Amino acid sequence: MSEAAAAFESRATPLRAFLAILRRDVYVTANELPAFLAQVIMQPLFLLLVFGKILGSLGYTKPGYAQLLFPGLLSLTVVITSMQALAFPLVAEFGWTMEIEDRLLAPLPTALVAAEKVVFASLRAFVATALMLPIGILVLGSIPWVWSNTPLFLLMLVLGALLGSGIGLVMGTYVTPQRLNIMFSLVFTPLLFTGSSQYPWPSLSGLPWFQVITALNPMTYVSEGLRAALVPDVPHIDPLVCIAILLAALVVLFTLGVRGFYRRAIN
Amino acid sequence: MFVLGHLDLRVPNSTDQLAVSVVDLVKRYPKSPVNAVDGASFGVSPGEVFGLLGPNGAGKTTTVGVLTTRVRPTGGQAMVAGMDVTVDPVGVRRLLAVVPQRSNLDRSISIRNNLIFHAAYHGVAAAERGRRADELLEQFGLLERRDTKPDFFSGGQAQRIMIARALMHAPRVLFLDEPTTGLDPAARLFVWERLRELRDAGVTLLLTTHDMDEAAELADRVAIMDRGKLLAIDTPPALIRSLEGRQTLELAARPLNGRPPDDAIDLLGAMPQVEKVERISEPGAADLHIRLYLAGEAPKLVAPAASVLDGVGYLLTDVKLGTPTLEDVFIQLTGRMLR
Repeated sequence: MSEAAAAFESRATPLRAFLAILRRDVYVTANELPAFLAQVIMQPLFLLLVFGKILGSLGYTKPGYAQLLFPGLLSLTVVITSMQALAFPLVAEFGWTMEIEDRLLAPLPTALVAAEKVVFASLRAFVATALMLPIGILVLGSIPWVWSNTPLFLLMLVLGALLGSGIGLVMGTYVTPQRLNIMFSLVFTPLLFTGSSQYPWPSLSGLPWFQVITALNPMTYVSEGLRAALVPDVPHIDPLVCIAILLAALVVLFTLGVRGFYRRAIN
Repeated sequence: MFVLGHLDLRVPNSTDQLAVSVVDLVKRYPKSPVNAVDGASFGVSPGEVFGLLGPNGAGKTTTVGVLTTRVRPTGGQAMVAGMDVTVDPVGVRRLLAVVPQRSNLDRSISIRNNLIFHAAYHGVAAAERGRRADELLEQFGLLERRDTKPDFFSGGQAQRIMIARALMHAPRVLFLDEPTTGLDPAARLFVWERLRELRDAGVTLLLTTHDMDEAAELADRVAIMDRGKLLAIDTPPALIRSLEGRQTLELAARPLNGRPPDDAIDLLGAMPQVEKVERISEPGAADLHIRLYLAGEAPKLVAPAASVLDGVGYLLTDVKLGTPTLEDVFIQLTGRMLR
C-alpha cells in the first residue's frame, strides 16, 4: 500500500490538480450542453431579435441601431455569462452541496481552486460570446466587424470575462444562499441596463445623471471597448481609458473575491 | 507503542515519525468567547487507529479541520506525516484523505466519476484511475450502480462512496468525522468492517465519534475530549481499567399505587457505596429507571436498594449489573453524560 502511495504522490502536482478540476467542470458542462446553451443564448438572442430586428422593422429604432447594439450584446453576454457561471455554483458549493470540499482538499493552493473557477467561467463566457456571432449574422443579416481591430476585440472579451467572474467571485463568496435571489436582482438587473450595452455612453450627454450611473458600472467599459473595436465610427470612450478602468476594477474585485474565497474555504 | 495502565497525556518526543502530531493546539473562532480547541496535544503512530471521543461541540471536528488544512489554528502546532499543516498545506493534502460527516459528493457526476476525478485531482495516472475505482466500488458493494449519480443513494451508501473515494489516492492518513452517525445498524457494521480492513492494511485512521461503542470497537487508542480539552488518552481497556472496582447497578421500578414521591432517587443516592445516581427515565414518567455508580460491588446493593424502593412505594421490576464502559469513563472525567 505504501509503495503504491509513493507512486501516486510523485505524480501529484498543483498544475495537474488544477487541470483535473478544470476537466471536471468541462465534462459536466459538456454533459449538460442543451441546458448550458439555453442558459447563455436565450437572453441575448431575444434582445437581439426584439431590439435589433423587430423594433427596427417596425420603424421604432433608427437604421443602424442594430449595428451599435450588437457589440453591446456581446459585452452583456460575456460579462453576465461569466458572472453566472461563477456565482451560482459557488454559492451552492459553499452553501449546501459542499462539493467544493473535495477540490479544496486536492493538492493545490486554495487560490488555484478560485483561479480555476475564474478560468472556467471565462471559458463558458467565450463560448457563449462566440455563439453570438453566427446568431447575429442569422438574425441581423450581417454583423459589424473590423478585422484590423481583432486584437482589441479579443482583449475586451478577456477583460469582460474576467470582470464578470470577478463580480461572480465576490457575490459567490459574500452572499449567503438565502440572499442569493435578492442579491441577484439587485446586481443583475442594474448591471444589465446600466452597462451601456443598449446605447453608446457618449450619446447620454443629454442625461447627465444616467451618464454618471452608467460610468459607475464597469460593464460600460466593456461595451464601449467592444464598440471601439467593431463600430469605430460610433462615438465611444477611448479604448485605453476602458482598459485602464477595467484593470483597476479587476484589481479591486479580485482582491475582494480571493479574500472572500479564503474566508469561505479556510475557517 | 501504547502506554497501558495509566492515563498518559504526554506527546511522544520524536514527532517526526508520527503520522499525526498535535501540540498545544488552540482554535478560537472569531466572535466566539471560548476556545473551540483549548490546548490539545496528542500523537498518532503510523498504522494506528486513533479515536477522538466526545460529545457534540467538544472540538473534535475543529481538531480534524486543522489537521486537514481547512481550519487555521489560533495557536500550537499540527503536523501530518512530519509536515506542518500551516507551513505546507499542499504537501499535507497529498498524504491525507477526509471522510466528512455530511455527504459532499459531486452530484453532477456518477459515483464512479466521483472516484475517478478525485484520483485525477491527486495525480493518479489515467490508466490506474478506472481500474482502481471499479476495484473499490466492488469492495464497497456499489459496482452495479457505478454509473448512478450520488443523489440516488442512501446516507449509508453515500458514506461508503466517500470512503471509497478517499482511498482512491491511497492516503497515508485517513480522517473520518463521525463515520457512522445516522447510519442504520447494518450499514454501520459494514463501515466498521471496511475500516478494520484498512487498519489491517496499515492505513493510519483518525476518527471522531460521540459513540463509545464505535470508539471501543475500532480504536487502538482513544482520546476523550470535552470543551476543547483532552481529558485522557489511552487504549479503551486501559481507560476502563482506570475505573477498576467500579460497577454500576441499573434498576427499573414501577409505582405500586398512584404516583409515589420523587425522593426515591435521593434515598438511593444516600446508600453506602453509591457515588452517583443517574436518571435514565424521563423526569415525570411514572416508571422509574435509574443507574447507580458504585464504589463497591453491585450484587451486595440489590437487596438494600429493593427495600429502599419498597419503602417509598415502588416495586422493583428489573435489575442489571454493569461493568464500566467508555461512557462511564467519560462521566467520571466530566461529570456529564456523553450525549
